[in-house]
Amino acid sequence: MSTYILKRFLQLIPVFLGATLLVYFLVFSLPGDPIVALFGDKPVNEAVAAKLRIQYHLDQPFWMQYLLYLKSIFTFDLGQDFSGRPIAAVLGEVFPVTARLAVMALVFEAVFGIIFGLIAGLRKGKFFDATVLVASLIVIGIPIFVLGFLLQFTIGVQLGWAKPTVSSAATVQDLILPAIVLGLGSFAYVLRLTRTSVIENMSADYVRTATAKGLSRFRVVRVHILRNSLIPVITFLGADLGALMGGAIVTEGIFNVPGVGNRLYRAVLSGEGPTVVSIVTVLVLIYCLSNLLVDLLYAWLDPRIRYDS
Amino acid sequence: MNAPVEIHEEGASARRPLLEIRDLAISFKTSGGEVNAVRNAHLTVMPGETVAIVGESGSGKSTTALAAIGLLPSNGRVSGGQILFDGEDISHASEKRMIELRGNSIGMVPQDPMSNLNPVWKIGYQVRETLKANGLPDSADDVAKVLSEAGLPDAARRAKQYPHEFSGGMRQRALIAIGLSCQPRLLIADEPTSALDVTVQRQILDHLDKMTTELGTAVLLITHDLGLAAERADKVVVMYRGQVVEAGPSLELLQNPQHPYTKRLVASAPSLASRRIQAAKELGIESEDLLAPDEDVVVASSMPDEVLQIENLRKVFKLRSGLGRSTDFTAVDDVSFSVKRGTTTAIVGESGSGKSTVAQMVLNLLAPTSGKIIFDGVDTSTLNSKEIFAFRRRVQPIFQDPYGSLDPMYNIFRTIEEPLRTHKIGDKASREKKVRELLDQVALPQSTMQRYPNELSGGQRQRVAIARALALDPEVIICDEAVSALDVLVQAQVLNLLAELQSRLGLTYLFITHDLAVVRQIADHVCVMERGKLVETGSTDDVFDSPQQEYTKALLNAIPGAGLMLPPEVA
Repeated sequence: MSTYILKRFLQLIPVFLGATLLVYFLVFSLPGDPIVALFGDKPVNEAVAAKLRIQYHLDQPFWMQYLLYLKSIFTFDLGQDFSGRPIAAVLGEVFPVTARLAVMALVFEAVFGIIFGLIAGLRKGKFFDATVLVASLIVIGIPIFVLGFLLQFTIGVQLGWAKPTVSSAATVQDLILPAIVLGLGSFAYVLRLTRTSVIENMSADYVRTATAKGLSRFRVVRVHILRNSLIPVITFLGADLGALMGGAIVTEGIFNVPGVGNRLYRAVLSGEGPTVVSIVTVLVLIYCLSNLLVDLLYAWLDPRIRYDS
Repeated sequence: MNAPVEIHEEGASARRPLLEIRDLAISFKTSGGEVNAVRNAHLTVMPGETVAIVGESGSGKSTTALAAIGLLPSNGRVSGGQILFDGEDISHASEKRMIELRGNSIGMVPQDPMSNLNPVWKIGYQVRETLKANGLPDSADDVAKVLSEAGLPDAARRAKQYPHEFSGGMRQRALIAIGLSCQPRLLIADEPTSALDVTVQRQILDHLDKMTTELGTAVLLITHDLGLAAERADKVVVMYRGQVVEAGPSLELLQNPQHPYTKRLVASAPSLASRRIQAAKELGIESEDLLAPDEDVVVASSMPDEVLQIENLRKVFKLRSGLGRSTDFTAVDDVSFSVKRGTTTAIVGESGSGKSTVAQMVLNLLAPTSGKIIFDGVDTSTLNSKEIFAFRRRVQPIFQDPYGSLDPMYNIFRTIEEPLRTHKIGDKASREKKVRELLDQVALPQSTMQRYPNELSGGQRQRVAIARALALDPEVIICDEAVSALDVLVQAQVLNLLAELQSRLGLTYLFITHDLAVVRQIADHVCVMERGKLVETGSTDDVFDSPQQEYTKALLNAIPGAGLMLPPEVA
């Protein structure tokens, strides 16, 4: 097992290099001069602009810029963004916020998705099942920005149950509504996945055998149906953690969450190469690690899967 | 399960039956309305007695048994009659009452050991929860005791393993352990060994016999194999299309079947069959009851040349055992035999004996490690890709699983036409004509062409697989367990079809099977394999009448019902 984990970590190296190179190249090829854009409507002061270009290595060719960026990573000095703040500090500020948001969304979709999916699966074809299926289809069908504004307006503004926007501290309480919006789409998928998986497992021979052994219904469901049904769900949830971190841009925009998505969006608009690449690289690493976690969880849940040989 | 014949004639009225099924009707809700699966079923099981329900799949035998333990599928219900367990009608008992009864009063041993253990829990855990649910002591020692009583060696260590680390026979022992762990008074054994090799089957059944006799457990045995039922049960109940058509003491029923269905079943039970097809061939007649057409038979046996010669065939697999290391596993070890044109050679052995590996190498799907396969005078390993393409046309396979070997997205026409298209034979019209002919040959209606595999029964699918194999007019057909997944009656039909096609088209068969009863019906020559080695070869008659090797004898003895003689004069 440890050999396997080591191998997976070694695989991160090419992924890391490839991702940074690709993202760096994409930012480099963005049209427009970011330094000129910094001056806004004011006339460009050539002396200042030249100084800034040297400071951000914008006078160097692409390869040089990239290598200098790599060097800065390995010396733990990510440089500064265009407003002069160290990028490391920016990352340290935005990532905890988004991580909190993503984990809350994940907990929401996991808990409710699995519970609803389990009940729907156990009552296949009954009223609850039909209702939940239609509702989940609607949730999947409506784009997240529509759902976001809808909930923000009804729950946040009209009913006043939650704050419609997030304060700069982004406390857990502030993030409840954004987390629900963020997790809603995946919630519908988790629900449907759990439901299908439960239905499939209910007719499995070993479930019938378990009942024949004289076990209570509750125990049959918990021990023999639920655990087996969770295998595909866990896989989905693990992969979703990475997606939630990176995919929070729209939700963070709606609720004004000071997180990764917001900062990334601004950095892309202003062409801040190092900032964009730093954020995206961390996201890529999170994605890789959550996938590794899924694979390990998978082996833990399903003893037939072993990575030793 | 004890000595047959000693039926409780007088005792029956004095003692109360443990299980009595009266007028039972079971219906299923389907999209087309209510369907009656079982009607007017009667049966009685006395304490300690073994009763077998025999019938083909869909006869309602399993449904009846499942109703007795309250495990009908959710769309099924008891629509009439009574199920009396020790005098109590449980046909509409509450779920709570059924949970009380299951395990410690009524136990079950299910059919398929591969799918009946939960793959994510350790064996010991699955035994332990049974003990716990029924209020019995459930320490690790108790679990080990239950497992070792079911014949699992090294039970304490084995209990810590997962189902996938067990062989089929081991798993079935674990399931028997679970079924008997709470000493139920009635054990429902639903085809407990049909998924196992014959020798393992015998061991398991012997052990089950011993345990139930010791515990005084009554057994309701569900099986499609009349031979097995007769050998193991005191009484046999025959079910056909949801109804009990005949019931009585085993031997009596077998020797003097009354109902036409029972007669058919007795006649086609592979384990009881004599050399019917073989005998018919030798006599040069095809009797009508073997589904033979009236047209004249082209006797193809006048070409005795050897179409296939296998010389010193070896196959070594490298098993990875840790990083960079590997151990050799010899799956096929120095196997030589030859197959004469127009004859049938059977390779028999248990799973793991290497027989399927031989088949794959003959089909050129797997390269031998050493040795030669000479097809029609040419060593197949020397063929280039173009010659292999031509070779494939002449040697066709039929595989075991008719559910798995047909593409569910292809309709039957496309399935059978595909080899013709691949080999660019004929145009569209002639190919369609050929497909129609092939369907005729395998006795399927031409309307089948537009249907999909899921709309056909197992026997029909296997006919489609045969038609597809025949499409290219091959010379040799490799049947890898081609009838193992089929019911006995369907099996008999397919075997007859194969025999008839052989005599008509001069086909050569290489028949891979674990079922010696089938071998006796179809093969001219037998090769017995054990752990990769060929241990015995000879004509079918020689091998069956005077087996030379202990292993062959063991295999022959393991055929259920082999010891039961059915002298015609008794019948």
